[in-house]
Amino acid sequence: MPNATMILNAAAMERALTRIAHEIAERNENSAEVALVGIHRGGVFLARRLAGALSGIWSLAVPMGSMDIGMHRDDLDRQPAPTLQPTVIPFDVTGKTVILVDDVLFSGRTTRAALDAIMDLGRPKRIQLAVLIDRGHRELPIKADFVGKNVPTALDERITVRFREEGSADEVTLEKKGGA
Amino acid sequence: MSWNRKHLLDIQSLTVEEIVTVLDTARAFKAVGERAVKKVPALRGKTVVNLFVEPSTRTRISFELAAQRLTADVINFSAEFSSLKKGETLKDTARNLEALNADIIVMRHSASGAPHFLARFLRASVVNAGDGAHEHPTQALLDAFTVREKKGKIAGLNVTILGDILYSRVARSNIWALTKLGARVTLCGPATLVPKVFEQMGCRVTYNVDEAIEGADIINLLRIQHERQRKTMFPSIGEYTSLFGLTKARLARTKPEALIMHPGPINRGVEIDSEIADSSRSVILDQVTNGLAVRMAVLFLVNGGKGPQEVAA
Repeated sequence: MPNATMILNAAAMERALTRIAHEIAERNENSAEVALVGIHRGGVFLARRLAGALSGIWSLAVPMGSMDIGMHRDDLDRQPAPTLQPTVIPFDVTGKTVILVDDVLFSGRTTRAALDAIMDLGRPKRIQLAVLIDRGHRELPIKADFVGKNVPTALDERITVRFREEGSADEVTLEKKGGA
Repeated sequence: MSWNRKHLLDIQSLTVEEIVTVLDTARAFKAVGERAVKKVPALRGKTVVNLFVEPSTRTRISFELAAQRLTADVINFSAEFSSLKKGETLKDTARNLEALNADIIVMRHSASGAPHFLARFLRASVVNAGDGAHEHPTQALLDAFTVREKKGKIAGLNVTILGDILYSRVARSNIWALTKLGARVTLCGPATLVPKVFEQMGCRVTYNVDEAIEGADIINLLRIQHERQRKTMFPSIGEYTSLFGLTKARLARTKPEALIMHPGPINRGVEIDSEIADSSRSVILDQVTNGLAVRMAVLFLVNGGKGPQEVAA
Protein backbone atom coordinates (compact mmCIF):
# COMPACT_ATOMS: atom_id res chain seq x y z
CA MET A 1 0.00 0.00 0.00
CA PRO A 2 2.17 2.86 -1.14
CA ASN A 3 -0.45 5.57 -0.70
CA ALA A 4 -1.94 4.45 2.62
CA THR A 5 -2.34 7.23 5.17
CA MET A 6 -2.74 6.38 8.83
CA ILE A 7 -6.02 7.78 10.16
CA LEU A 8 -6.00 6.15 13.61
CA ASN A 9 -3.29 4.08 15.26
CA ALA A 10 -3.96 1.59 18.05
CA ALA A 11 -3.74 4.17 20.85
CA ALA A 12 -5.94 6.69 19.02
CA MET A 13 -8.52 3.98 18.31
CA GLU A 14 -8.55 3.02 21.98
CA ARG A 15 -9.06 6.68 23.01
CA ALA A 16 -11.87 7.12 20.47
CA LEU A 17 -13.67 4.05 21.81
CA THR A 18 -13.24 5.17 25.42
CA ARG A 19 -14.72 8.57 24.51
CA ILE A 20 -17.65 6.96 22.65
CA ALA A 21 -18.35 4.74 25.68
CA HIS A 22 -18.51 7.82 27.93
CA GLU A 23 -20.74 9.64 25.45
CA ILE A 24 -23.09 6.67 25.37
CA ALA A 25 -23.16 6.66 29.18
CA GLU A 26 -23.87 10.40 29.23
CA ARG A 27 -26.70 10.16 26.69
CA ASN A 28 -28.38 7.16 28.29
CA GLU A 29 -29.14 7.65 31.95
CA ASN A 30 -31.12 4.45 32.22
CA SER A 31 -28.19 2.08 31.83
CA ALA A 32 -30.34 -1.01 32.38
CA GLU A 33 -32.11 -0.61 29.07
CA VAL A 34 -29.01 -0.18 26.87
CA ALA A 35 -27.90 -3.05 24.62
CA LEU A 36 -25.28 -3.10 21.87
CA VAL A 37 -25.56 -4.72 18.45
CA GLY A 38 -22.42 -4.99 16.32
CA ILE A 39 -22.69 -5.24 12.54
CA HIS A 40 -20.47 -7.90 10.96
CA ARG A 41 -17.55 -7.96 10.89
CA GLY A 42 -15.80 -4.91 12.32
CA GLY A 43 -18.81 -3.69 14.25
CA VAL A 44 -18.87 -6.88 16.29
CA PHE A 45 -15.32 -6.32 17.59
CA LEU A 46 -16.12 -2.70 18.38
CA ALA A 47 -19.42 -3.55 20.10
CA ARG A 48 -17.66 -6.12 22.26
CA ARG A 49 -15.06 -3.53 23.34
CA LEU A 50 -17.71 -0.89 23.97
CA ALA A 51 -19.78 -3.36 25.99
CA GLY A 52 -16.70 -4.04 28.11
CA ALA A 53 -16.05 -0.32 28.65
CA LEU A 54 -19.69 0.43 29.47
CA SER A 55 -19.89 -2.49 31.89
CA GLY A 56 -16.95 -0.89 33.68
CA ILE A 57 -18.55 2.57 33.75
CA TRP A 58 -21.93 1.32 34.93
CA SER A 59 -20.75 -1.69 36.97
CA LEU A 60 -23.38 -3.68 35.15
CA ALA A 61 -23.20 -6.31 32.40
CA VAL A 62 -24.27 -4.66 29.14
CA PRO A 63 -25.96 -7.11 26.73
CA MET A 64 -24.32 -7.41 23.34
CA GLY A 65 -25.29 -9.12 20.09
CA SER A 66 -23.97 -9.50 16.58
CA MET A 67 -25.86 -8.97 13.35
CA ASP A 68 -25.29 -9.91 9.73
CA ILE A 69 -27.33 -7.62 7.51
CA GLY A 70 -26.75 -9.70 4.36
CA MET A 71 -30.38 -10.84 4.15
CA HIS A 72 -31.60 -7.24 4.28
CA ARG A 73 -29.30 -5.68 1.68
CA ASP A 74 -30.87 -3.69 -1.15
CA ASP A 75 -28.45 -4.99 -3.81
CA LEU A 76 -28.89 -8.75 -3.45
CA ASP A 77 -29.87 -9.19 -7.07
CA ARG A 78 -26.98 -7.12 -8.41
CA GLN A 79 -24.07 -9.22 -7.17
CA PRO A 80 -23.26 -12.78 -6.06
CA ALA A 81 -24.90 -13.71 -2.78
CA PRO A 82 -22.88 -12.48 0.20
CA THR A 83 -21.45 -14.85 2.78
CA LEU A 84 -23.73 -14.84 5.81
CA GLN A 85 -22.91 -15.21 9.49
CA PRO A 86 -25.67 -16.04 11.96
CA THR A 87 -27.26 -13.06 13.66
CA VAL A 88 -27.00 -13.66 17.40
CA ILE A 89 -29.05 -11.30 19.59
CA PRO A 90 -29.23 -13.01 23.00
CA PHE A 91 -31.75 -10.53 24.47
CA ASP A 92 -35.20 -9.17 23.67
CA VAL A 93 -34.80 -5.87 21.81
CA THR A 94 -38.33 -4.73 22.70
CA GLY A 95 -38.19 -1.76 25.07
CA LYS A 96 -34.39 -1.54 24.86
CA THR A 97 -32.19 1.32 23.71
CA VAL A 98 -30.32 -0.53 21.00
CA ILE A 99 -26.98 0.97 19.99
CA LEU A 100 -25.95 -0.21 16.53
CA VAL A 101 -22.18 -0.33 16.16
CA ASP A 102 -20.35 -0.29 12.82
CA ASP A 103 -16.77 0.44 11.85
CA VAL A 104 -17.29 2.76 8.86
CA LEU A 105 -20.36 4.85 7.99
CA PHE A 106 -20.44 5.53 4.24
CA SER A 107 -23.58 5.45 2.04
CA GLY A 108 -25.83 4.60 5.00
CA ARG A 109 -27.27 1.55 3.20
CA THR A 110 -25.81 -0.90 5.71
CA THR A 111 -27.40 1.09 8.54
CA ARG A 112 -30.74 1.09 6.71
CA ALA A 113 -30.54 -2.71 6.37
CA ALA A 114 -29.58 -3.04 10.05
CA LEU A 115 -32.56 -0.90 11.12
CA ASP A 116 -34.91 -3.21 9.21
CA ALA A 117 -33.21 -6.29 10.63
CA ILE A 118 -33.58 -4.97 14.20
CA MET A 119 -37.25 -4.15 13.63
CA ASP A 120 -37.80 -7.78 12.58
CA LEU A 121 -36.67 -8.81 16.05
CA GLY A 122 -39.01 -6.61 18.07
CA ARG A 123 -39.81 -3.00 18.93
CA PRO A 124 -36.86 -1.23 20.52
CA LYS A 125 -37.58 1.90 22.55
CA ARG A 126 -34.99 3.74 20.49
CA ILE A 127 -32.03 2.98 18.25
CA GLN A 128 -28.78 4.93 18.27
CA LEU A 129 -25.82 4.59 15.92
CA ALA A 130 -22.16 4.48 16.94
CA VAL A 131 -19.40 4.35 14.29
CA LEU A 132 -15.63 4.45 14.46
CA ILE A 133 -15.25 6.39 11.19
CA ASP A 134 -17.73 8.61 9.34
CA ARG A 135 -16.38 9.07 5.83
CA GLY A 136 -19.31 11.03 4.37
CA HIS A 137 -21.05 10.42 1.00
CA ARG A 138 -24.42 9.50 2.49
CA GLU A 139 -27.05 8.23 0.04
CA LEU A 140 -29.77 8.01 2.68
CA PRO A 141 -30.91 10.39 5.43
CA ILE A 142 -28.91 8.69 8.20
CA LYS A 143 -26.70 10.31 10.82
CA ALA A 144 -24.53 8.75 13.52
CA ASP A 145 -25.11 9.59 17.21
CA PHE A 146 -21.55 8.73 18.22
CA VAL A 147 -18.52 9.12 15.93
CA GLY A 148 -14.91 8.16 16.62
CA LYS A 149 -13.50 10.33 13.85
CA ASN A 150 -14.92 12.23 10.90
CA VAL A 151 -12.78 11.60 7.83
CA PRO A 152 -13.56 13.58 4.67
CA THR A 153 -12.87 11.23 1.74
CA ALA A 154 -13.09 11.10 -2.04
CA LEU A 155 -15.28 8.38 -3.53
CA ASP A 156 -12.26 6.61 -5.02
CA GLU A 157 -10.55 6.31 -1.67
CA ARG A 158 -10.80 3.27 0.56
CA ILE A 159 -10.89 3.11 4.35
CA THR A 160 -9.43 -0.05 5.87
CA VAL A 161 -10.00 -0.89 9.54
CA ARG A 162 -7.82 -3.59 11.09
CA PHE A 163 -8.49 -5.22 14.46
CA ARG A 164 -6.29 -6.96 16.98
CA GLU A 165 -9.04 -9.61 17.21
CA GLU A 166 -8.09 -10.59 13.66
CA GLY A 167 -4.41 -10.87 14.48
CA SER A 168 -3.15 -7.51 13.25
CA ALA A 169 -2.54 -4.27 15.13
CA ASP A 170 -5.54 -1.95 15.58
CA GLU A 171 -5.39 0.71 12.88
CA VAL A 172 -7.45 2.70 10.38
CA THR A 173 -5.87 3.66 7.05
CA LEU A 174 -6.98 5.60 3.99
CA GLU A 175 -5.72 4.78 0.50
CA LYS A 176 -6.46 5.49 -3.12
CA LYS A 177 -8.45 2.68 -4.72
CA GLY A 178 -6.64 0.80 -7.46
CA GLY A 179 -3.72 3.20 -7.20
CA ALA A 180 -0.04 2.50 -8.02
CA MET B 1 -16.87 -15.42 -4.00
CA SER B 2 -17.58 -18.98 -3.01
CA TRP B 3 -20.92 -19.26 -4.84
CA ASN B 4 -21.37 -18.14 -8.44
CA ARG B 5 -23.86 -20.71 -9.68
CA LYS B 6 -27.20 -19.83 -11.17
CA HIS B 7 -28.60 -23.34 -10.64
CA LEU B 8 -28.37 -26.16 -8.12
CA LEU B 9 -28.69 -29.30 -10.22
CA ASP B 10 -26.63 -31.91 -8.40
CA ILE B 11 -23.97 -32.45 -5.74
CA GLN B 12 -21.60 -34.24 -8.09
CA SER B 13 -20.47 -31.02 -9.78
CA LEU B 14 -20.12 -28.95 -6.57
CA THR B 15 -16.74 -28.19 -5.03
CA VAL B 16 -16.08 -28.73 -1.34
CA GLU B 17 -16.02 -24.92 -0.91
CA GLU B 18 -19.44 -24.58 -2.53
CA ILE B 19 -20.93 -27.26 -0.27
CA VAL B 20 -19.43 -25.58 2.81
CA THR B 21 -20.80 -22.21 1.63
CA VAL B 22 -24.33 -23.65 1.55
CA LEU B 23 -23.89 -25.16 5.03
CA ASP B 24 -22.51 -21.91 6.49
CA THR B 25 -25.26 -19.84 4.87
CA ALA B 26 -27.86 -22.27 6.21
CA ARG B 27 -26.62 -21.63 9.77
CA ALA B 28 -27.61 -17.99 9.39
CA PHE B 29 -31.04 -18.95 8.06
CA LYS B 30 -31.62 -21.50 10.81
CA ALA B 31 -31.33 -18.65 13.31
CA VAL B 32 -34.08 -16.79 11.42
CA GLY B 33 -36.44 -19.72 11.95
CA GLU B 34 -35.96 -19.49 15.72
CA ARG B 35 -37.20 -15.90 15.97
CA ALA B 36 -40.65 -14.47 16.60
CA VAL B 37 -40.66 -13.00 13.08
CA LYS B 38 -39.40 -15.86 10.92
CA LYS B 39 -39.08 -13.86 7.76
CA VAL B 40 -36.41 -11.84 5.97
CA PRO B 41 -36.79 -9.71 2.82
CA ALA B 42 -33.95 -11.36 0.87
CA LEU B 43 -36.14 -12.52 -2.07
CA ARG B 44 -38.71 -9.73 -1.93
CA GLY B 45 -40.43 -9.33 -5.29
CA LYS B 46 -39.06 -12.62 -6.64
CA THR B 47 -41.25 -15.45 -7.83
CA VAL B 48 -40.47 -19.07 -6.98
CA VAL B 49 -42.32 -21.83 -8.82
CA ASN B 50 -42.51 -25.30 -7.33
CA LEU B 51 -42.79 -27.47 -10.44
CA PHE B 52 -43.50 -30.90 -9.00
CA VAL B 53 -44.10 -33.30 -11.85
CA GLU B 54 -43.73 -36.21 -9.43
CA PRO B 55 -45.86 -36.06 -6.29
CA SER B 56 -44.16 -34.91 -3.10
CA THR B 57 -45.47 -33.43 0.09
CA ARG B 58 -42.60 -32.86 2.49
CA THR B 59 -40.04 -31.52 0.02
CA ARG B 60 -42.61 -29.25 -1.61
CA ILE B 61 -43.82 -27.90 1.73
CA SER B 62 -40.23 -27.32 2.83
CA PHE B 63 -39.38 -25.39 -0.35
CA GLU B 64 -42.67 -23.50 -0.19
CA LEU B 65 -42.09 -22.36 3.39
CA ALA B 66 -38.44 -21.57 2.63
CA ALA B 67 -39.48 -19.29 -0.24
CA GLN B 68 -42.17 -17.64 1.89
CA ARG B 69 -39.71 -16.98 4.71
CA LEU B 70 -37.52 -15.20 2.17
CA THR B 71 -40.54 -13.06 1.19
CA ALA B 72 -40.76 -14.52 -2.33
CA ASP B 73 -44.08 -15.18 -4.04
CA VAL B 74 -44.66 -18.90 -4.49
CA ILE B 75 -46.68 -20.84 -7.03
CA ASN B 76 -47.20 -24.56 -6.57
CA PHE B 77 -47.58 -26.54 -9.74
CA SER B 78 -48.45 -30.22 -9.43
CA ALA B 79 -48.53 -32.57 -12.37
CA GLU B 80 -51.84 -34.20 -11.55
CA PHE B 81 -53.76 -30.93 -11.91
CA SER B 82 -51.73 -29.46 -14.72
CA SER B 83 -51.66 -29.16 -18.46
CA LEU B 84 -48.97 -31.85 -18.52
CA LYS B 85 -51.94 -34.19 -18.18
CA LYS B 86 -53.42 -32.55 -21.24
CA GLY B 87 -50.40 -33.35 -23.38
CA GLU B 88 -48.24 -30.26 -22.94
CA THR B 89 -44.51 -30.99 -23.03
CA LEU B 90 -42.29 -30.24 -20.05
CA LYS B 91 -40.42 -27.67 -22.11
CA ASP B 92 -43.64 -25.80 -22.96
CA THR B 93 -44.82 -25.94 -19.35
CA ALA B 94 -41.53 -24.47 -18.17
CA ARG B 95 -41.57 -21.79 -20.89
CA ASN B 96 -45.08 -20.81 -19.79
CA LEU B 97 -43.94 -20.48 -16.20
CA GLU B 98 -41.05 -18.34 -17.33
CA ALA B 99 -43.43 -16.16 -19.31
CA LEU B 100 -44.94 -15.30 -15.91
CA ASN B 101 -41.47 -13.98 -14.96
CA ALA B 102 -40.61 -16.77 -12.57
CA ASP B 103 -37.14 -16.21 -11.10
CA ILE B 104 -36.47 -19.63 -9.60
CA ILE B 105 -38.01 -22.95 -10.65
CA VAL B 106 -37.79 -25.73 -8.08
CA MET B 107 -38.28 -28.99 -9.88
CA ARG B 108 -39.14 -32.55 -8.91
CA HIS B 109 -39.36 -35.05 -11.77
CA SER B 110 -39.35 -38.82 -12.15
CA ALA B 111 -36.86 -38.65 -15.02
CA SER B 112 -33.16 -38.32 -14.20
CA GLY B 113 -31.68 -35.22 -15.78
CA ALA B 114 -34.97 -33.33 -16.19
CA PRO B 115 -33.74 -30.25 -14.21
CA HIS B 116 -30.51 -30.20 -16.25
CA PHE B 117 -32.65 -30.18 -19.39
CA LEU B 118 -34.66 -27.17 -18.17
CA ALA B 119 -31.54 -25.34 -17.07
CA ARG B 120 -30.17 -25.44 -20.61
CA PHE B 121 -32.82 -23.12 -22.04
CA LEU B 122 -34.45 -21.26 -19.13
CA ARG B 123 -33.39 -17.81 -17.99
CA ALA B 124 -34.71 -18.63 -14.52
CA SER B 125 -32.61 -20.48 -11.95
CA VAL B 126 -33.38 -24.18 -11.62
CA VAL B 127 -33.15 -26.01 -8.30
CA ASN B 128 -33.31 -29.81 -8.43
CA ALA B 129 -35.76 -31.10 -5.80
CA GLY B 130 -35.16 -34.72 -6.86
CA ASP B 131 -34.82 -36.20 -10.35
CA GLY B 132 -35.60 -39.89 -10.72
CA ALA B 133 -32.97 -42.08 -9.10
CA HIS B 134 -30.26 -39.54 -9.95
CA GLU B 135 -29.87 -36.84 -7.27
CA HIS B 136 -31.69 -34.99 -4.49
CA PRO B 137 -29.11 -32.31 -3.69
CA THR B 138 -30.95 -30.39 -0.97
CA GLN B 139 -31.54 -33.64 0.96
CA ALA B 140 -27.80 -34.37 0.93
CA LEU B 141 -27.03 -30.81 1.99
CA LEU B 142 -29.50 -30.93 4.89
CA ASP B 143 -28.10 -34.31 5.94
CA ALA B 144 -24.57 -32.91 5.87
CA PHE B 145 -25.74 -29.84 7.80
CA THR B 146 -27.34 -32.07 10.45
CA VAL B 147 -24.24 -34.26 10.78
CA ARG B 148 -21.98 -31.20 11.09
CA GLU B 149 -24.32 -29.58 13.62
CA LYS B 150 -24.55 -32.69 15.80
CA LYS B 151 -20.99 -33.98 15.48
CA GLY B 152 -19.12 -30.74 14.92
CA LYS B 153 -17.43 -32.13 11.81
CA ILE B 154 -17.91 -34.49 8.88
CA ALA B 155 -14.37 -35.43 7.86
CA GLY B 156 -13.29 -38.74 9.34
CA LEU B 157 -16.77 -39.88 10.41
CA ASN B 158 -18.13 -43.30 9.52
CA VAL B 159 -21.52 -42.97 7.83
CA THR B 160 -23.59 -46.03 7.02
CA ILE B 161 -26.43 -45.77 4.54
CA LEU B 162 -28.80 -48.68 4.96
CA GLY B 163 -31.60 -49.73 2.64
CA ASP B 164 -32.58 -49.21 -0.97
CA ILE B 165 -29.50 -47.65 -2.56
CA LEU B 166 -30.12 -48.61 -6.18
CA TYR B 167 -33.32 -46.59 -6.61
CA SER B 168 -32.34 -43.83 -4.20
CA ARG B 169 -31.39 -40.35 -5.34
CA VAL B 170 -30.92 -39.53 -1.66
CA ALA B 171 -28.19 -42.16 -1.45
CA ARG B 172 -26.39 -40.90 -4.55
CA SER B 173 -26.42 -37.26 -3.46
CA ASN B 174 -25.38 -38.22 0.05
CA ILE B 175 -22.49 -40.33 -1.22
CA TRP B 176 -21.21 -37.42 -3.33
CA ALA B 177 -21.52 -34.90 -0.50
CA LEU B 178 -20.13 -37.10 2.27
CA THR B 179 -17.13 -38.41 0.33
CA LYS B 180 -16.25 -34.88 -0.86
CA LEU B 181 -16.39 -33.72 2.77
CA GLY B 182 -14.11 -36.54 3.90
CA ALA B 183 -16.48 -39.05 5.55
CA ARG B 184 -16.14 -42.82 5.09
CA VAL B 185 -19.34 -44.18 3.60
CA THR B 186 -20.61 -47.74 3.99
CA LEU B 187 -23.60 -48.99 2.03
CA CYS B 188 -25.72 -51.92 3.12
CA GLY B 189 -28.96 -53.57 2.05
CA PRO B 190 -30.25 -56.48 -0.02
CA ALA B 191 -27.74 -57.39 -2.74
CA THR B 192 -30.38 -56.66 -5.38
CA LEU B 193 -30.65 -53.06 -4.13
CA VAL B 194 -26.97 -52.42 -3.34
CA PRO B 195 -24.91 -53.29 -6.41
CA LYS B 196 -21.15 -53.65 -5.94
CA VAL B 197 -20.66 -51.00 -8.61
CA PHE B 198 -21.19 -48.35 -5.90
CA GLU B 199 -17.68 -49.17 -4.69
CA GLN B 200 -16.53 -47.09 -7.66
CA MET B 201 -18.00 -44.03 -5.92
CA GLY B 202 -15.56 -44.61 -3.07
CA CYS B 203 -17.91 -46.51 -0.73
CA ARG B 204 -17.59 -49.75 1.16
CA VAL B 205 -20.39 -52.19 0.27
CA THR B 206 -21.46 -54.94 2.66
CA TYR B 207 -24.53 -57.15 2.94
CA ASN B 208 -24.10 -57.83 6.64
CA VAL B 209 -26.02 -55.24 8.61
CA ASP B 210 -24.16 -55.82 11.89
CA GLU B 211 -20.86 -55.31 10.15
CA ALA B 212 -22.22 -52.18 8.45
CA ILE B 213 -23.40 -50.43 11.60
CA GLU B 214 -20.56 -51.48 13.90
CA GLY B 215 -18.31 -48.46 14.35
CA ALA B 216 -20.71 -46.13 12.53
CA ASP B 217 -21.06 -42.55 13.79
CA ILE B 218 -24.15 -41.98 11.66
CA ILE B 219 -26.70 -44.54 10.46
CA ASN B 220 -28.84 -43.14 7.66
CA LEU B 221 -31.86 -45.32 6.94
CA LEU B 222 -33.58 -45.20 3.58
CA ARG B 223 -37.11 -46.19 2.80
CA ILE B 224 -37.84 -49.04 0.41
CA GLN B 225 -39.16 -47.22 -2.65
CA HIS B 226 -41.95 -49.47 -3.80
CA GLU B 227 -43.02 -46.89 -6.38
CA ARG B 228 -39.68 -46.95 -8.14
CA GLN B 229 -39.25 -50.73 -8.28
CA ARG B 230 -40.49 -52.41 -11.39
CA LYS B 231 -40.24 -55.88 -9.91
CA THR B 232 -39.87 -57.19 -6.41
CA MET B 233 -36.24 -56.92 -5.42
CA PHE B 234 -36.50 -58.95 -2.20
CA PRO B 235 -38.87 -61.71 -1.03
CA SER B 236 -40.97 -59.85 1.56
CA ILE B 237 -41.15 -56.85 3.87
CA GLY B 238 -40.91 -59.22 6.82
CA GLU B 239 -37.70 -60.68 5.52
CA TYR B 240 -36.29 -57.21 4.87
CA THR B 241 -37.04 -56.19 8.45
CA SER B 242 -35.46 -59.30 9.93
CA LEU B 243 -32.32 -58.98 7.78
CA PHE B 244 -31.86 -55.20 7.54
CA GLY B 245 -34.31 -53.41 9.85
CA LEU B 246 -32.75 -51.33 12.63
CA THR B 247 -33.97 -53.12 15.74
CA LYS B 248 -33.15 -52.39 19.36
CA ALA B 249 -30.98 -55.51 19.52
CA ARG B 250 -28.95 -54.33 16.54
CA LEU B 251 -28.72 -50.77 17.82
CA ALA B 252 -27.37 -52.04 21.16
CA ARG B 253 -24.25 -53.23 19.35
CA THR B 254 -23.45 -49.82 17.84
CA LYS B 255 -21.50 -46.94 19.33
CA PRO B 256 -23.66 -45.29 22.03
CA GLU B 257 -23.19 -41.89 20.37
CA ALA B 258 -24.15 -43.10 16.90
CA LEU B 259 -27.03 -41.03 15.51
CA ILE B 260 -29.97 -42.29 13.46
CA MET B 261 -31.08 -40.35 10.39
CA HIS B 262 -33.89 -40.91 7.92
CA PRO B 263 -35.06 -38.69 5.05
CA GLY B 264 -38.68 -39.66 5.71
CA PRO B 265 -41.34 -40.73 5.37
CA ILE B 266 -40.45 -43.46 7.85
CA ASN B 267 -42.09 -46.87 7.81
CA ARG B 268 -42.25 -47.78 11.49
CA GLY B 269 -41.56 -51.46 12.06
CA VAL B 270 -40.06 -51.93 8.58
CA GLU B 271 -36.68 -50.20 8.25
CA ILE B 272 -36.73 -48.75 11.77
CA ASP B 273 -38.07 -49.91 15.12
CA SER B 274 -40.74 -47.52 16.33
CA GLU B 275 -39.05 -46.85 19.68
CA ILE B 276 -35.75 -46.04 17.99
CA ALA B 277 -37.45 -43.48 15.75
CA ASP B 278 -38.70 -41.66 18.86
CA SER B 279 -35.49 -42.01 20.88
CA SER B 280 -32.88 -39.39 21.64
CA ARG B 281 -30.57 -41.14 19.18
CA SER B 282 -32.87 -40.15 16.33
CA VAL B 283 -32.29 -36.77 14.64
CA ILE B 284 -35.06 -37.30 12.09
CA LEU B 285 -37.03 -34.20 13.11
CA ASP B 286 -33.86 -32.08 13.27
CA GLN B 287 -33.40 -33.03 9.63
CA VAL B 288 -36.83 -31.55 8.84
CA THR B 289 -35.99 -28.28 10.63
CA ASN B 290 -32.59 -28.11 9.01
CA GLY B 291 -34.07 -28.85 5.59
CA LEU B 292 -35.96 -25.58 5.75
CA ALA B 293 -32.79 -23.62 6.60
CA VAL B 294 -30.79 -25.35 3.87
CA ARG B 295 -33.47 -24.65 1.25
CA MET B 296 -33.60 -20.99 2.29
CA ALA B 297 -29.83 -20.89 1.83
CA VAL B 298 -30.03 -22.51 -1.61
CA LEU B 299 -32.74 -20.15 -2.85
CA PHE B 300 -30.77 -17.19 -1.44
CA LEU B 301 -27.53 -18.30 -3.13
CA VAL B 302 -28.92 -19.08 -6.59
CA ASN B 303 -30.76 -15.75 -6.55
CA GLY B 304 -27.48 -13.85 -6.13
CA GLY B 305 -26.48 -11.54 -8.92
CA LYS B 306 -29.52 -12.14 -11.06
CA GLY B 307 -30.25 -8.49 -11.51
CA PRO B 308 -33.60 -6.76 -11.60
CA GLN B 309 -35.80 -7.59 -14.56
CA GLU B 310 -33.37 -7.43 -17.44
CA VAL B 311 -34.93 -5.22 -20.07
CA ALA B 312 -33.72 -5.91 -23.58
CA ALA B 313 -32.30 -2.81 -25.24
